[in-house]
Amino acid sequence: MRVLIPGVTGQLGRIVAQRLDAAGHEVIGIDRRPWYGAPKKVQIYQVDIRKRGAEDIFRKHRPEAVIHMATVTHVYNKSDDRYRINLGGTRAVFDHSEKYGVKKVLFVGRHTFYGASADSNLYHTEDEPPTASSPFPELADLVAADLYAGSALWRFPALETAVLRICYTLGPSKHGTLATYLDPPRVPVVLGFDPLFHFMHEDDVAHAIQLALEKPLRGVFNVAGPAPLPLSVIIRSAHRTPLPLPQFVFTSMLGRFGLPRLTAGAVAHIKYPVVIDSRAFAQATGFTASRSAEETIDEFRLSRVVTRAG
Amino acid sequence: MGLVDDVRARVDRLEIPFSRAGIDHFGISKKDLVRFFVMLGGLYRHYFDAEHHGLEHVPVRGRAMLIGNHSGGIALDAGMTIATMFFALEPPRLCHSMVEKFISRLPFAGMWGSRCGQMVGLPEHAVQLLRDDRLVLVFPEGAHGTEKLYSQRHSLVDFGTGFMRLALQTQTPIVPFAFIGGGEAIPTIFNSYGLGKLFGMPYVPFTPWLAPLPLPVRLDVVVDAPMTFSGTGAEEDDVIEGYVAEVKGKIAQLIERGRRQRGDLPRLGR
Repeated sequence: MRVLIPGVTGQLGRIVAQRLDAAGHEVIGIDRRPWYGAPKKVQIYQVDIRKRGAEDIFRKHRPEAVIHMATVTHVYNKSDDRYRINLGGTRAVFDHSEKYGVKKVLFVGRHTFYGASADSNLYHTEDEPPTASSPFPELADLVAADLYAGSALWRFPALETAVLRICYTLGPSKHGTLATYLDPPRVPVVLGFDPLFHFMHEDDVAHAIQLALEKPLRGVFNVAGPAPLPLSVIIRSAHRTPLPLPQFVFTSMLGRFGLPRLTAGAVAHIKYPVVIDSRAFAQATGFTASRSAEETIDEFRLSRVVTRAG
Repeated sequence: MGLVDDVRARVDRLEIPFSRAGIDHFGISKKDLVRFFVMLGGLYRHYFDAEHHGLEHVPVRGRAMLIGNHSGGIALDAGMTIATMFFALEPPRLCHSMVEKFISRLPFAGMWGSRCGQMVGLPEHAVQLLRDDRLVLVFPEGAHGTEKLYSQRHSLVDFGTGFMRLALQTQTPIVPFAFIGGGEAIPTIFNSYGLGKLFGMPYVPFTPWLAPLPLPVRLDVVVDAPMTFSGTGAEEDDVIEGYVAEVKGKIAQLIERGRRQRGDLPRLGR
């Protein structure tokens, strides 16, 4: 299949591109950032998805499928740009896809869509409304992008659209929200809270995206693998030491003493769980994760990669 | 066998699909269950004079909902019912109570609760646990039930109807029980709602010795045969209310039966 991946230079984008390339798909990538050392057969265009150059690529290559990964997901970037990329970019992807005869669009979103709070339930199902945006305004653009992508299901009925809400990724690349958080030898946690964290090996996430591409899939799907683990167990399994801080100390120390610059809303995600029910996805695609939660943490721990900042 | 070894052996016999690390998919941890039941076991075996009747009515496995009355101003009734199902049932069962939402906001309380299978009281959680064939404990009187003063200790306040809809929806048998003695253990003479607000709780109960510390009295758990209702959970209110009234009537009977067994009431007949 001829597949276009906006946001290909992100860590997960690279893994997905390499995997699809190896599986014999024709992969075309778009990203503002360069990808040095990309596989030979993968064509990379360094262009902003919202610019005209991106539309030219749709016209020139006429991709059969698009995997939209060009969203800024990390919580450290508070710029206006982020809002524009996440919403404007998503709009551009669907408009071009409709215009140039794309058959299938995958929107790669996050499970944090459901939000973390004291009174939210475990094992969110796809029919639940988002609650992330009210306690965590920094995620509002991602929630909006997710819902906007979902609206393609009725706006463009000819387009096979699937919105994936994927749990945290972890693995040897040491990239992503969870990996960055677990990077220091002492991991700050909020005293008296130990939420379940839902995560999956990065290769399994890429495999899930590949299956979503290859199998007929339409609708909104939670994507997860092994059962979630308590944060304290994850930290200790990664051979780190939890550093429990009372909440007022925790929030006042953020961004100092080497602690991450988490926003106040992000603190809820370290206090309360976001756990998803992914049975519908497993049933539709036959997906099962190849690595257990413990093996995933081990691969993260033993990797020699030095984490990039941010 | 000492209490700790006994608790360990019993936790090992719980029919819960723990991972090799001793954690199930709800985040319940074997290690924390041992701590929890050692603490509860001390109270259950040595501090209170805990009695039980009719435990054979609790299904050995499979989904079930334990429905009972609130008794005592703090979660003594839930704690001792959970202890009874763990220490007196063979094989032991882990009883999942539905925790008040404000508790999950407090540091430690919510964390220890969820590690021991005591999850936030949301309908979604009850359904997930029941679909997983667990034993769920519900007090349909809600917070108004724990507010009962000493003089009201054997009365029942209004029952919520949510539990009945969930039972119908998940086709779960309802196992009615009465809890007697909580009002004697913690005789509430006054509830301070103002102080409760200050601490982020619904209220703070006061006893003649001020703090709601329980007396070492006799506590009775009286269980009766499971009641099954058929339906989908989408019935009209008056249908559901009729079913709930049936359960409430049964529990009122069980409270009387229990009080007679204790000698609180004159024995009639028999």
